Amino acid sequence: MCGNGAGPTIGTVNPLHDEPLVIGRHTFTSRLFLGTGKYPDMETMVRALEVSGTQCVTVAVRRMGVGAPQGKTLLDYLPRDKYVLLPNTAGCFDADHAVRTAMLGRELGIGDLVKLEVLGDTETLLPDPVGTLEAARTLVKDGFTVLCYTSDDPILARRLEDLGVAAVMPAGAPIGSGQGILNPNNIRIILERAKVPVIVDAGVGTASDVTVAFELGAVGVLLNTGVALAKDPVRMARAMKAAAEAGRDAYLSGRIPRKLYASASSPTSGIIAGE
Amino acid sequence: MGTGHEPGGEVRLHVRVNGEVREFTAPLTVAGLLQQLGLADRPVAVERNKVLVRKAEHATTELADGDQLEVVTFFGGG
Repeated sequence: MCGNGAGPTIGTVNPLHDEPLVIGRHTFTSRLFLGTGKYPDMETMVRALEVSGTQCVTVAVRRMGVGAPQGKTLLDYLPRDKYVLLPNTAGCFDADHAVRTAMLGRELGIGDLVKLEVLGDTETLLPDPVGTLEAARTLVKDGFTVLCYTSDDPILARRLEDLGVAAVMPAGAPIGSGQGILNPNNIRIILERAKVPVIVDAGVGTASDVTVAFELGAVGVLLNTGVALAKDPVRMARAMKAAAEAGRDAYLSGRIPRKLYASASSPTSGIIAGE
Repeated sequence: MGTGHEPGGEVRLHVRVNGEVREFTAPLTVAGLLQQLGLADRPVAVERNKVLVRKAEHATTELADGDQLEVVTFFGGG
């Protein structure tokens, strides 16, 4: 986010350089992934995506209206030179359904990426771990680059990584709940152990949630509702961009350890005479 | 719902498209179906009886009576 020419350059080294995020065959300088659902209208979505700086957006695979007059489709609003499309398997509650949906998404000519989600029930929208593993195995074997939505369970994350997913995407909190990162310790354990990119997906309510995810070490954040249903989605998109940059920079900077007692910032010697 | 030879000699074909039963005249391919639905030049993917029909096979895949088809595209989602 801050790389590629941003900031002062000393000699040939840019001290504010950041590596791009590489997932499968794709390279991203923005570490924000945005959804395309729930916006009040398409124009707002287009502007919010633009302002967020995202280079990868999720899309859902759904039945085409048959018999109705055909207007613009979502694809008309998402220029391919600007956004990598990440089809999801949202709404799938078993592995077979998710695999079929992924196949249809790939057939739409978008590429090999899929955001796999196999959900447990409609009320919590929490991932079904068994179905998720089953579908991930099938899709990886079939050549998909699988970005896998999962719970914040470190063992499940490892099992998914072992299956060959390209990225593990633990939920910060339930989808659309806006509760932020409920269990930062689990996310930390996942991050410490993972050898594939870890992207926090779901639960983001406001900018500070994004910052926290990056400060923990997440390499990306995927969010939708937090922007789309904000009263001003475009401004919130800008806040999310700033939050991502702040969190990522803070992480790369190496924060100070938390201490119980104070440590003076001003010199402790040379203080003028007191009483 | 069965294939019937109508007086005119036409064979009627009933297929379920996105959950709704529709009647066509046989023979009909996936490409022909999309044409009749006005979706020929739309960005869609097609599944027939839960199996993906690749675009290259649309013109050669003949539909049978009772087939279940899903015709999908991208919508906003997270």
